[in-house]
Amino acid sequence: MAKVLMKGNEAFAEACIRAGCRFFSGYPITPQTEILEYMSWRMEEVGGQFVQTESEVAGINMLFGAACCGARALTTSAGPGFSLKQEGISYLCGNDIPAVIADVMRIGSGLGDIFQGQGDYWQLTRGGGHGDYRTIVLAPASVQENADLAYLSFDLAEKYRHPVLVGSDAAIGQMVEPVELPEMREYDMNSHDWAIAPRKQGEEQKVIWNTYYTIGADTYMDYLKDKYRTIEENEQRWESVQTEDAEIVLVAYGISSRVSKAAVKQARAKGIKLGLIRPITLWPFPKKAFEQLGSQVKGFLCVEMSILGQMCDDVILATGNKHPVESYGEFANVPSEEVILEKVQQMLKQD
Amino acid sequence: MKCSVPNGVNTSAHIGWCPGCGHGIIARLVAEAAQALGIEDRIIMVEDVACGEFAQNVLQFNSIGAAHGRPIITAAGAKRVRPDAIVIAHPGDGSAYSIGMESTIHCALRNENILALVVNNSVFGMTGGQMSPTSLPNMKTTSSPHGRDVTKNGNIFDAMKVLSQLDIAYLARGSVESPAQVIKTGKMIQKALEKQMNNEGFCLVEVLSPCPTNWNLTPQEALEFMKEQEKYFQLGEFVDKGGK
Ligand SMILES: Cc1ncc(C[n+]2csc(CCOP(=O)(O)OP(=O)(O)O)c2C)c(N)n1
Ligand code: SF4
Repeated sequence: MAKVLMKGNEAFAEACIRAGCRFFSGYPITPQTEILEYMSWRMEEVGGQFVQTESEVAGINMLFGAACCGARALTTSAGPGFSLKQEGISYLCGNDIPAVIADVMRIGSGLGDIFQGQGDYWQLTRGGGHGDYRTIVLAPASVQENADLAYLSFDLAEKYRHPVLVGSDAAIGQMVEPVELPEMREYDMNSHDWAIAPRKQGEEQKVIWNTYYTIGADTYMDYLKDKYRTIEENEQRWESVQTEDAEIVLVAYGISSRVSKAAVKQARAKGIKLGLIRPITLWPFPKKAFEQLGSQVKGFLCVEMSILGQMCDDVILATGNKHPVESYGEFANVPSEEVILEKVQQMLKQD
Repeated sequence: MKCSVPNGVNTSAHIGWCPGCGHGIIARLVAEAAQALGIEDRIIMVEDVACGEFAQNVLQFNSIGAAHGRPIITAAGAKRVRPDAIVIAHPGDGSAYSIGMESTIHCALRNENILALVVNNSVFGMTGGQMSPTSLPNMKTTSSPHGRDVTKNGNIFDAMKVLSQLDIAYLARGSVESPAQVIKTGKMIQKALEKQMNNEGFCLVEVLSPCPTNWNLTPQEALEFMKEQEKYFQLGEFVDKGGK
């Protein structure tokens, strides 16, 4: 298929449609709004349902109803609106219901601001709502990947009967790049035996309810541990860039990974052995990428748009704290290649 | 005396409701209406986490357990993707008129083709009888121990006054206070379901229901208290668009 020029958010929306998504409910908020606007006309074209709901709480709970009925359902938001989605995400997890939720990240707490940010890492990866859960989190770093991961997200959600979050950001959502869109796929809402629908003759009653009520507390403990273990084992995704001989390894996702990649190139031109691990799944965190590193590694530098360096914890966990893990966090500005290189050179000097 | 049970009622279920609770009668009315219309297999009940939830043990319809306050919006989502289903949201008054109010109004504004069957017992039953937007003036509850003071807590919410202004398919209030009212309420539920079958749009049927446990009354006294409830909440049909 030929490449077309598209905005990240629109490529994401179109790829969801092509994955068979036929239900969208959401509320406007920058920098996510293009997804909602795109869906407002595109859903109609493909005979799907688009609802601009009264709030994000309504959006996620309406999605819950559609998803319980087996529809491929999507809601998207950012910042304050993503916080309001947490109730429903917890219910999706509690009831084992697949759905896709995108958080096009902006900066700051409270209202913050509409620029690109990566401050929702903890909220995305730790389970932003109540209870004992996590969700699969995909982090696209280009318009192409926004489309590819949108397509993948519905499959993953159904494979595990679990919500999948896509954590992009204002830059990835707003930038225009060439993209090869995936094929239009047919999706059959009746392909899951758990989905609620009018009953066929002689069919038993189906109830979607908290899984723990259905299977009992003791069974639930093993069930849940098993479910998360399986996802962790199967679904780690990442890209490694020149890590084979790297002495310092950058760790960065989304918009920060693009700058980090450029920094690796610059460093290599100067003879500095720099590499990059780019997590594509933020959860499960790609621990396997770190296991593959050689003994020449001297340290890690996390590059992210978070003042507190939210991802560092995961890198420390993945590396067993064997090497220094430094943080380069930005707030309103995208990290700079120059600062990355300075920090890397400092780290090498300290060694 | 011949006793018959409508299809769809599981007579051996663990019920869960307190003695004298009105929820069970309302569940039975849903089953009777479904049987009369022959739609038992098409029904999707969307329950709140509150006392209404036990309906899913008793009624053998497909059902979805929604979050507290969200049955109406969740039901609207289900109906949008399963237009052949007959979808019934089953919240309490706290659910529909307090935490879930925004979606009650907006689902009505969008004329979502569902039935919101709201059980109004004038308290938060499940959590132990706190004041709800429909608690009567001066009514003692666990969170208004001196009686509901409307100057502090606001006036009671009458859904019929508000929703009758909107362009919806059907709006009615029934009661389970007496056999005559139970029969009338059953007809309201059936009418609303027929309207959904005809794609007429949003229907809300509120049913006044006793909660002896949290009213601190015997079942018999609770029925007496319902006469008080009916002074504030007028019974009858408020919107009936009468077909498309
Ligand atoms: C978000 C949230 N807030 C509060 C609760 C606790 N809670 C459960 S049921 C309920 C009130 C129930 O009252 P009502 O909706 O009137 O139904 P009833 O039990 O009286 O039938 C509350 C406050 C909850 N489950 N979720
Ligand atoms: S607490 Fe009240 S509403 Fe709940 S089951 Fe008991 S009587 Fe019924």
